[in-house]
Amino acid sequence: MIGSLYTRRKTSFPLFEVNTLEAGEQQLLEISQEMGIGLNLQEMKAVQEYFRKRKRNPTDVELQTIGQTWSEHCFHKTFKGKIKFDGAEIDSLFKTYIVKATEEINPSWCFSVFEDNAGIVRFDKDYGIAIKVETHNHPSAIEPFGGAATGVGGVIRDVLGVWADPIACTDVLGFGPLDYDYEKLQSGVKHPKYVYMGVVAGIGSYGNNMGIPTVNGAIYFDESYVGNVVVYCGCIGLLPLKKFKRKAKPSDIIVLAGGKTGRDGIHGVTFASAELTEKSEEISRPAVQIANPIEEEKLKRAIIEIRDLELASAITDLGGGGLSSALGETAKKFGCGAIVELEKIPLKHPGLAPWEIYVSESQERMLLTVPLENLELVFEIFKKEDVEATAIGKYTEDMVLRLYYEEEKVTELDIPFLFEPPKAVRIAEYKPMNFAEPEFPEPENLTEALMQLLSSPNIASKESVIRTYDHGVKGNTVLKPLQGEYGGPNDAAIIKPLDGSWKGITVSCGMNPNYGKIDVYWMAASAIDESIRNNVAVGGRRIALLDNFTWGNPEKPERLGSLVRACEACYDFATVFKTPFISGKDSLYNESPLGSVTPTLLITALGIVPDVRSAVSMDVKAPNNLIYMVGKTFKELGGSEYYKLKGFLGKTVPKVQPDQAKKTFEAITEAIDLGLVKACHDPSEGGLAVAAAEMAFAGGYGMELDLRRAPRKDINRNDFILFSESNSRFLVEVSEKSREDFEALMNGKVCAEIGRVTKTPRLCVHGLNGGAVVEASVGDLLSSWKRPLSRGV
Amino acid sequence: MKREDIKVCVLRVGGTNCDAETKRSFEELSVQAEIVHVNELVKRRSLMEYNALVFPGGFSYGDYVRAGAIWAKWILAKLGKELKAFVEENRPILGICNGFQVLVEAGLLPGFEEISPYPEAALATNFPPGYNCRWVYIKHENKEKCIFTHKIPKGKVLRMPVAHSEGRFIFAKEKEKQCLERLYENDQLVFRYCDKNGEYAEGEFPANPNGSFHDIVGICNPEGTIFGLMPHPERCFYWWQQPDWTRRERMPQYGDGKLIFERLVSYLEKKG
Repeated sequence: MIGSLYTRRKTSFPLFEVNTLEAGEQQLLEISQEMGIGLNLQEMKAVQEYFRKRKRNPTDVELQTIGQTWSEHCFHKTFKGKIKFDGAEIDSLFKTYIVKATEEINPSWCFSVFEDNAGIVRFDKDYGIAIKVETHNHPSAIEPFGGAATGVGGVIRDVLGVWADPIACTDVLGFGPLDYDYEKLQSGVKHPKYVYMGVVAGIGSYGNNMGIPTVNGAIYFDESYVGNVVVYCGCIGLLPLKKFKRKAKPSDIIVLAGGKTGRDGIHGVTFASAELTEKSEEISRPAVQIANPIEEEKLKRAIIEIRDLELASAITDLGGGGLSSALGETAKKFGCGAIVELEKIPLKHPGLAPWEIYVSESQERMLLTVPLENLELVFEIFKKEDVEATAIGKYTEDMVLRLYYEEEKVTELDIPFLFEPPKAVRIAEYKPMNFAEPEFPEPENLTEALMQLLSSPNIASKESVIRTYDHGVKGNTVLKPLQGEYGGPNDAAIIKPLDGSWKGITVSCGMNPNYGKIDVYWMAASAIDESIRNNVAVGGRRIALLDNFTWGNPEKPERLGSLVRACEACYDFATVFKTPFISGKDSLYNESPLGSVTPTLLITALGIVPDVRSAVSMDVKAPNNLIYMVGKTFKELGGSEYYKLKGFLGKTVPKVQPDQAKKTFEAITEAIDLGLVKACHDPSEGGLAVAAAEMAFAGGYGMELDLRRAPRKDINRNDFILFSESNSRFLVEVSEKSREDFEALMNGKVCAEIGRVTKTPRLCVHGLNGGAVVEASVGDLLSSWKRPLSRGV
Repeated sequence: MKREDIKVCVLRVGGTNCDAETKRSFEELSVQAEIVHVNELVKRRSLMEYNALVFPGGFSYGDYVRAGAIWAKWILAKLGKELKAFVEENRPILGICNGFQVLVEAGLLPGFEEISPYPEAALATNFPPGYNCRWVYIKHENKEKCIFTHKIPKGKVLRMPVAHSEGRFIFAKEKEKQCLERLYENDQLVFRYCDKNGEYAEGEFPANPNGSFHDIVGICNPEGTIFGLMPHPERCFYWWQQPDWTRRERMPQYGDGKLIFERLVSYLEKKG
């Protein structure tokens, strides 16, 4: 930092005053850019005004603190700001759609939502479940292994940050096509295969090393992910609700525990709040942190012991923004100020400037507030686990943040100012897309189409990835991601978290980015429906949702318009299904030299099962059992895998018929509780045909189905019935013995018996004119499904 | 010795992560099990308070250098004498996954001539390479030596999960044949990878998940009191941990992993 804008203070360490008071507009922007704090003119002017009132210039530490706190990543300016849309003004997307849905549903079982870094719902009378899903797209684009690993590490700390013991992970990933043409790659964009290998290895490495089972996930391939990899990392934790402490008070000591602080992860949040460019690699490499899962494992042990002994008054993790964000947010939450001596913070290497110490995002660090009388005991516990812990300051009565470095005051900021950035006002536009429905004749050979679909990257088995994640550690995974001997794809995972109880947790997800290319509203509705029906299929209920948005630059009106539409659907369908949102995260600015990411909404569903012994898997169980189709099939192939296979996008995406869907979900739950369901699977990508094939080869039996009996509306082609991806449907296996009970239960719902499980391992589907339209051996179907992504990709 | 009086030490260090479910398995058999951090053991406690010692699974010290290597050297440096006394009294030691790697790195296994000053075998990186989490079939090979499998019929096929990236058991190439002969002579071979029907995997993936020499899953020392294996018996203790329990009308009450813990407890009961 040179030139007249910066004055070095006469200190033994680097500290600059930034001449903001006199700066003109151009210079304000120059400061913002040179310091890499990512503030716009409106924000810089607010900063200038604040310091003009105080008649002094800010230090570099102060400006950095403001920059971090006001970044999109930390403050969620877009979700909390004002949006002009369709002639009206939306004051905060977050409050208007997400929070509002939860408030209206107002479930008694939500313990703490949107308060901390993870949401908490009740599990039983003593225990709660904490859950959080994070995005780590930008770092993973620059450094796939490190970016993904620290994504997992970060989300585990989010769960630790509400005193919960992490018990399971879930990871949903989006990559460009693995066979992407190298010639088409642009400078600064890494090949999807490289990114894929790195991300998968990073996720496995962190979860496996920490001994947390990765039980659920998905991998999705799309052209738009070539430049913008999508990495969602989630973690679920368990906590005794009585031990949940969130009451820091002035004079409590601030303890920093875990890894040392270094130059890795400087400006991660500002980097995450901008588009990726050709230069991102060079400029932002330091923004990616370095992972050390063993450090976090030790940290976890100590924190759980401190929790059980109730020695601390509050806890939070250090994530984006590092100390600046953790300290400020805690102080604000408890209406305190804070004094911190930055030189006390243990460093990886000497020579860090105070501002670097304060904003560094080095991993595996947690911030605890400890009453003075417990301090010694807390230090003893950390020491026992070989974890470094340091008292770095304390909370104060006034709401002022004061930072010192070797007795020099380097920061004095009012906490309220820090958390009242000028509200962003953005413009949103939405124009419905005008696509056409493709016209092509029904292919003669639908068996081949089915084989091709089973081999398409979004449907093909992800076994080669799943097996690199430990899904069995802790010994509590009741329903595993791969079912049985042939590794069938279970719809949701079930964890049995308590030794003395049969109660279980169900985790599933839904994501349909391809529908969003046609209509984001129905994409969001479909993601919600898919996540819920996956959960319901194994026996889950009382479902809570998490929303994770990966979108392009929200300063571009049409990107923001589609975000608004997706939020509208979130509200509409969460309230219909009475499934509250309990946590979420957005990642915007996912744009690269190759263009914007396709809007990608991940919905994660967290349910419970009263008794894991009644859980249902997706593999067919015995010959002669009946196969029922529950729910109606419509001609909804827009965005489907089948159209994609044929080279089309289409027009009509799957919609959700809320009343019908609710009835179906409730009926399935009841049937499972009555023990009438042998197997259950939801048709999603690839529709009925793919779901049936998966059920058959996972069970090692055949299936004979008749499309004429499938409940449907306005659809008269075999291929459309087979491959339509209409929502809220299930394929259910029922034994002959339970036929009457099941049919009685389904009376008045959309449900029909469409065939049987056969001993001969062949899938045979009769078409609308009675002849076989699909005829294949289950072994061939299985190998079509398994081969594409098998080991060695 | 009365079952309730038996005390098992489940040892841990930074990176150990299968301690809780290992402890649970012992407690399920009414045995006292305690998870003890090595720091605690060095400072305040003694190994000799315990009747058996378990090195559970995990990634001790991040498995840097070689899986299990750092923890093994650490134990030998800080607890070497105590450990030797423990072994000499024929008190049992079980190593699961990372624990097996530790026992090999510490020279306790195969332990042809007592504790070896250098590793006599290795658990090398898997072939095919990479971490692999799956269920495997293993065939019991031990005649009568191994106290952890005593009375399990020879030839019985068990099913257990593996989850590791360094589980390929090997000897130095030039001594391979000779070492294998010694394993057989001393009745040290305990389990070999096989298929559902008990046919040996013959190195074929995935029946042999890591390319282990001679399909070796686990071995014991010549006395039969120290046993290491790659699969996780603590993850197949109950029926509901099985990968296909939803397929069965009736499941046995327990998984095969229980046998290992049961045999150990039974040995300790008789040992007095």
